[in-house]
Amino acid sequence: MELELRGITKRFGLLAANDGISLSVAPGQVHALLGENGAGKTTLMNVLYGLTQPDEGEILIDGKPARFGSPRDAIAAGIGMVHQHFMLVPVFTVADNVTLGIEEAGRSGLLDRRKTRRDVADLSHRYGLDVKPDALVEELPVGIQQRVEIIKALVRQARVLILDEPTAVLTPAETEELFRIIRQLTGAGTSVIFISHKLREVQAIADTITVLRRGQVVGQRTPPVTEDDLAALMVGRNVQLRVSKDLAKPGEVVLDVAGLTVADAGGLPVNGLSFQVRAGEILGIAGVQGNGQTELCEALMGLRPTTAGSVTVEGHDLTRASPRSRLRAGVAYVPEDRTDDGLVGSFSVAENLVLDMYDRAPYSSGINLNLAAVRENAAARIEEFDIRTGSAATAAGTLSGGNQQKVILAREVGREHKVLIASQPTRGLDVGSIEFVHRRIIQQRDHGVAVVIVSSELDEIYALADRIAVMYEGKITGFRDPGVPAAELGRLMAGGADSTGIPGAVVGADGVTRVDDGGEPPAPDEPPAPDEPAAPDEPAAPDEPAAQDGQPAQEEA
Amino acid sequence: MTTPSPATPAAEPQAGRDRSFGEHLRDAIQDSTVTVTVLALIAAVVLGGLLTAFTNNAVLHAWSDFFSAPGNAIAKAWDAAAGTYVALFEGSVFNPHDVAALFQQASISTAIHDNYLSKVFYPLSETAVQATPLILAGLAVALPYQAGMFNIGGQSQFIGGAIMAAWLGYAVNLPFFVHVVVCVLGGFVGGAALGWLAGEIKARTGAHEVVVTIMLNYVMQYFLAYLLSSHSLMQAPGGSNSITQAIASNAHLSLIAGTHLRINVGFLIALACAFGVWWLLNRTTTGFEFRSVGANASASRVAGMNVERNWALVMAIGGGLAGLAAASVIMGTDFTLNPQSYGTYGIDAITVALLGLGRPGGVVAAGLLFGALHAGSPGMQTATGTPVQIVQVIQALIVLFVAAPPLVRTVFRLRAARARGVSTSMSKGWNA
Repeated sequence: MELELRGITKRFGLLAANDGISLSVAPGQVHALLGENGAGKTTLMNVLYGLTQPDEGEILIDGKPARFGSPRDAIAAGIGMVHQHFMLVPVFTVADNVTLGIEEAGRSGLLDRRKTRRDVADLSHRYGLDVKPDALVEELPVGIQQRVEIIKALVRQARVLILDEPTAVLTPAETEELFRIIRQLTGAGTSVIFISHKLREVQAIADTITVLRRGQVVGQRTPPVTEDDLAALMVGRNVQLRVSKDLAKPGEVVLDVAGLTVADAGGLPVNGLSFQVRAGEILGIAGVQGNGQTELCEALMGLRPTTAGSVTVEGHDLTRASPRSRLRAGVAYVPEDRTDDGLVGSFSVAENLVLDMYDRAPYSSGINLNLAAVRENAAARIEEFDIRTGSAATAAGTLSGGNQQKVILAREVGREHKVLIASQPTRGLDVGSIEFVHRRIIQQRDHGVAVVIVSSELDEIYALADRIAVMYEGKITGFRDPGVPAAELGRLMAGGADSTGIPGAVVGADGVTRVDDGGEPPAPDEPPAPDEPAAPDEPAAPDEPAAQDGQPAQEEA
Repeated sequence: MTTPSPATPAAEPQAGRDRSFGEHLRDAIQDSTVTVTVLALIAAVVLGGLLTAFTNNAVLHAWSDFFSAPGNAIAKAWDAAAGTYVALFEGSVFNPHDVAALFQQASISTAIHDNYLSKVFYPLSETAVQATPLILAGLAVALPYQAGMFNIGGQSQFIGGAIMAAWLGYAVNLPFFVHVVVCVLGGFVGGAALGWLAGEIKARTGAHEVVVTIMLNYVMQYFLAYLLSSHSLMQAPGGSNSITQAIASNAHLSLIAGTHLRINVGFLIALACAFGVWWLLNRTTTGFEFRSVGANASASRVAGMNVERNWALVMAIGGGLAGLAAASVIMGTDFTLNPQSYGTYGIDAITVALLGLGRPGGVVAAGLLFGALHAGSPGMQTATGTPVQIVQVIQALIVLFVAAPPLVRTVFRLRAARARGVSTSMSKGWNA
């Protein structure tokens, strides 16, 4: 079966989750959809599976247009989906789960269980699935449950199988098994759409790779393809953001993070991570989403317990401090998820502007709130940050994303602070707001604030950072100058080793590896941190113009 | 969904001004909750009227002859329902006969001396007396609700407050004013301890407050029964009834409108508490934290608030308010404590808070309404033979309708749609 999507567009309000996406899947092929969270992969598959209707575009099956009003239509057309979260009844047997929804009655009017069992056994044998029809689903390991989902689709005559992040829940060994099964399926003529954000897996299994970014197809590749290339495509560099920026004048080390480790049920999302940030410099932490950036920020703010390492601000140890004492110690924080963590949506703009200062003068005296001071502050901030709101009493949740972000930024930089940690500060914002936010962040740097920007957008990293750290699987795989080619960052983001291998080496704007021959650090009395893999003390200044002009040529076709 | 229904023309005059979409949206939502609440009341009253009519034997008899005398059947039904509501009104607000009697007196002094004046105000006094614990207990649910906590433990907190207030009332000897203050504070502390316990358990272990408070209700119910079963504990000496001694007269809440009316300082305390809760929520840093934690715990945590501490604190204050409800009953009307003292206050509190939309002003209004229903129901039963339980049915219907806005919207949207264009007459119809 030949499946084709033509110009699929799906809008949610102003946001185009899918913007004119076209792709075709040939029979017996594995077509990988690669993209970060929010790139539009899931929306596209929901369109294909009949869960949502596209605003524009069409789906063609063997050249004929098809309309899927519901999953039932999609299934009838031969499309099967294995969701990331399995849709199985745990207390039913495999056979019962497979037959659920398409139960066939025998002559007696009872369920024909024998036939289902036989079907399951047949399919299991044919594709080497090793699934027993009478096993209870709840007793099966996750990898086998996934195969039950695959059997469910096959029993319904699926000829295109959509696997949504199928490896997210699997161990490496189970992943290998899944790949073997996928190859058997494609060998038998079934097509597979493989959704993932894991570069290595996509490379290993796909015949064609389509990369989505911000709802658009940004590139198509046919393996062999380098992971660097894919990473660069995924995070993208096609929007040129030009915010004029003077050379950084780094001062003393303000924020010192040493050996920070965060443990959770799944492992070590942050694994012995170290970096320093000086006053008046911006450290950009780049990396593909889900490599521990969220956990790092939360650990820095005391929102997540750490198991090892330390966090110091101007010599004050904050490793065990509460979020409030960190804020009081002068850490400003722009969280990644602004609606969940940054704002109280039902509170007014004025209230949100004092959300972490309401208990300090002049906003309160004793336990009394000083509403006049809160209002005055709101008026001043709204003016200063050009927050577009009906009034200070408007609920913050009703503002646009850009204006919400301005509220958060206005609040955080409005109080005394020495460090600014901003995570994905411009995610989902329009270009105008992005520029505004970037300008404000650079302004902070120029006022001598030590700034950490965590972003999965390379554009943003290039636009802001005076120094770039790349994060991969909870570790920093390298520090680089802002003039570094995107391909090099892509390599580091894909887990590539720090190829220079020379302590203190820096890859400059020209891509030439130089050895730091003891170039004068701006603060000579500050001993170089021994635990940093690259040279954090390399002054950013000499390479600075490269950040503006020396950006490597675009790699996208 | 948020377009103002024709029944709320008041929303229209503001529409012309230059206002943001957000403000319009918010107003529409707020209006619609108030509208829905009012319509829910109306729906419940109508349904309650139908119920009273069709549980009345005379009405049923008339309806069996419906086809020969349909007018009679409908008139009988109307009489039964109207009579019930009139009796309710006379028992809870004022009775025209008593007012007439007052004005027939020769002089004001005789009117006062012979209690004609008291008689006029008796229904209102009873409404206030009934409303007092309802308002306080309603606040005990409404305040934690603002912080995102659902306090089902009104009963246990009430019992905690009752035990403290009653014990301090009979076992301690203090001068008049001091004794009242001590007992009231004791009631607050008794309730607060149980509220705090539930909040603290949630803060430390994550156990859901609904489950914890419900279980504490059972614990306290049986603990009270145990206390009242032994002379060495709280049982009154010289008897085997499960009841405490009467509290000292020094610990009685002062009457505020003469000896013939039961209305007492407790009612003023309840109003003061409602104002206090409003002030706490809207004018203090503590209330700011409560509301923030309730609206978005995650952002509150990021902003440096201690979410868990807020849970424990808001439940303690809420519990304290339920304890005050108990104090108002023990020290204002009952003067002893028995195993039934807590009545249905725990559940009624939820009802009152729900009807009051979780806001202090709303709780006062809802408390007064339910207080009026309680105060009027005995008179209603005497006058019309309608069982007292009908009041509970009406209460339950109100809650049902308030809790299910789509139901109300469906019921009234249909009629509103049909009557579009004649909305003025419709809104008159509501007022009639």
